[in-house]
Amino acid sequence: MIKEIWNSWWFQNLLVVLLLAVLTLIGWRLSRREYWRLAYREVRQRRGAVICFFVFCLYVVIALADSVGWRRALKEENGEIRRNPETGAVVYDRGASALDYLLKPLSEKKEKTYSAPMADVSFMYETATGETGVHRVQPKLKYPGQHWLGTDRIGMDVFVQALKSIRTGMVIGILTTLLAVPFALFSGVVSGYMGGFVDDALQYICTVFSSVPTVLFIAAFMLIFGTGLPQLCVAMGIASWTGLYRLLRGETLRLREAEFVQASVAMGTSTWRILLRHIIPNVMHLVLITAVLRFSSGVLAEAVLTYLGIGVGADTVSWGSMINDARTELTRDPIIWWKLCSAFVFMLGLVLPANIFGDAVRDALDPRLRTQ
Amino acid sequence: MLAYIIRRLLYVVPTLLGVNILVFVLFFMVNTPDDMARQALGEKNMDPLQVERWKEAHGYEVPLFWNGEAKGVQCLTKTIFFRKSLAMLWGNFGHSDMTQESIGGEIRRRALPSLCVSTPIFLATLLINIILAMIVATKRGSVSDMVTQFLCVALMSISGLIYIIAGQYFFAKLLRWTPVSGFLQGMDMWKFLVLPILVGTVSGIGGGVRLYRTLFLEEINRDYVRTARAKGLPESQILFLHVLKNAMIPILTNVPLQLLTLMMGNMLLENFFSIPGLGGYTITALGAQDFAIVRAMVFLGSVLYIIGLLLADICYSIVDPRIRLG
Repeated sequence: MIKEIWNSWWFQNLLVVLLLAVLTLIGWRLSRREYWRLAYREVRQRRGAVICFFVFCLYVVIALADSVGWRRALKEENGEIRRNPETGAVVYDRGASALDYLLKPLSEKKEKTYSAPMADVSFMYETATGETGVHRVQPKLKYPGQHWLGTDRIGMDVFVQALKSIRTGMVIGILTTLLAVPFALFSGVVSGYMGGFVDDALQYICTVFSSVPTVLFIAAFMLIFGTGLPQLCVAMGIASWTGLYRLLRGETLRLREAEFVQASVAMGTSTWRILLRHIIPNVMHLVLITAVLRFSSGVLAEAVLTYLGIGVGADTVSWGSMINDARTELTRDPIIWWKLCSAFVFMLGLVLPANIFGDAVRDALDPRLRTQ
Repeated sequence: MLAYIIRRLLYVVPTLLGVNILVFVLFFMVNTPDDMARQALGEKNMDPLQVERWKEAHGYEVPLFWNGEAKGVQCLTKTIFFRKSLAMLWGNFGHSDMTQESIGGEIRRRALPSLCVSTPIFLATLLINIILAMIVATKRGSVSDMVTQFLCVALMSISGLIYIIAGQYFFAKLLRWTPVSGFLQGMDMWKFLVLPILVGTVSGIGGGVRLYRTLFLEEINRDYVRTARAKGLPESQILFLHVLKNAMIPILTNVPLQLLTLMMGNMLLENFFSIPGLGGYTITALGAQDFAIVRAMVFLGSVLYIIGLLLADICYSIVDPRIRLG
């Protein structure tokens, strides 16, 4: 039941809309604060960071296009819409994402097996009988010169795969943080502000969790819950929660003694109101810095974990699984390099801008650096 | 000093227990012994008798926490928690679920190859990163600094997989300088170790140089450096005698922690280069769904981390008295 809802398109579309709405709301709230406006202006002055931001946005758009989708009514051979003979209900296909529909002309062009980028003939030799006897020839492709990045072992277009992997990487990078942030924010702020028993208990839990090495924790988690994109996000979220918790706890400890907080306490403001109004807005910059800087490491980790067999399952396209395939392809002679290179370039195209943009955001938001 | 060390030691006990319980909850309560038996026997063999027999053969037939049928202390000791989880605290890691071999013996056999790979990587990375970071930190704001900064980010943005694949392809396949993968005990070991060590070191440069650069920059902006300059000390003396000494405190006190966690090996490198270390052991166990081995490795990794952190904290408190007084 839950799986059915999770896999349905309307639920996914709803999630995307909700995510966009929340992000817009947060952005709008922050844009009214002078501190964030200053930071925005500072980031905008760096040309490199702005370019990186736009490259990043391009990836976001592709990932969004791959996240929203719809089902289409099946047609009979005569062009009429197929209906269930008993109930008369319209029969739908399994549906596809907007990106799938967009890429259909490309993904439908299937070859038999490997072919190099922009090649006219197949990469593999076949035995053919001609007038002069038996030859080993490279047969002509069905769609010569139309596979920009070549095809893989079963003749699928590599460019399509690389584009489809963007969503996997994005989901890992964003969802991991989204899962970890609310919990870390709540526990960190409460722990730092309340102190005493609550603080001790939370710190103990944090120590226990951070004692387990990250890779081993994810490995154990994936072994127990099975491989897959949602499981991986949850596992990485739990594993990365402790770092942000410590950061936020320390900052809250400092803020608790600040004069504006002390003044609120003296005026009799309730604890929850102080946390919501005064503490949380003042630690948000740390949350954003962590989120942006952690994004790229999440994308990189996904590739490694998938390669090790504890990442997304075999049914999900990802850069990790593409690189995994490439391992055997490199042992051939001549080597098949295009799948590895495509995965590498597409991944670098996401991680490098994310890193540069993340640095710019950190420099702009970190007050310690700003005063220098 | 002694009071601090004792207090710090006492804190280790609940942490160890906490990790033990966490591992227990993950491996026995989320995923019960029945589930393990079914996974090991295959989904088709759902015969309850076979499940019971599998559990008995692997020692999972007793209750989780409390054995009502036993007498006296055995109520507590004849349980899965005591036999399989708590026993790891005194080094009894049990036997593999699949092959029945002793996990403890396997760990002792495989720790050395893991250390042979990870220790040189750690030392080389430390040395190279510190040297590069010092050079960059002294030239702050110059063009070469900016270029290095960008290069570091670029190096950081490349997946570890790519470093290994590229290294294997160029040095082993094209140039044939080293074997592609494998391992030998004895004098010829270095042949197999050169490439993994090189790859491991290079892949750590980007992030390391950036991290150490900020550490050095923090020190360079301190008051004592300004005083030293005002005194007229030569720049090289300031750098090596004052800045390096102070910046090395957080780096060197972390060494015990690093050394202990190094024992767990690097899963990725060991997998690619077929090194019979602990990281490769974990990966094989993951593939075979051997819960006992993964459980033991998770706990061992955590114990090493906890002990390493303890040693690092003690080192730090010796160097920096503010810690133990605060």
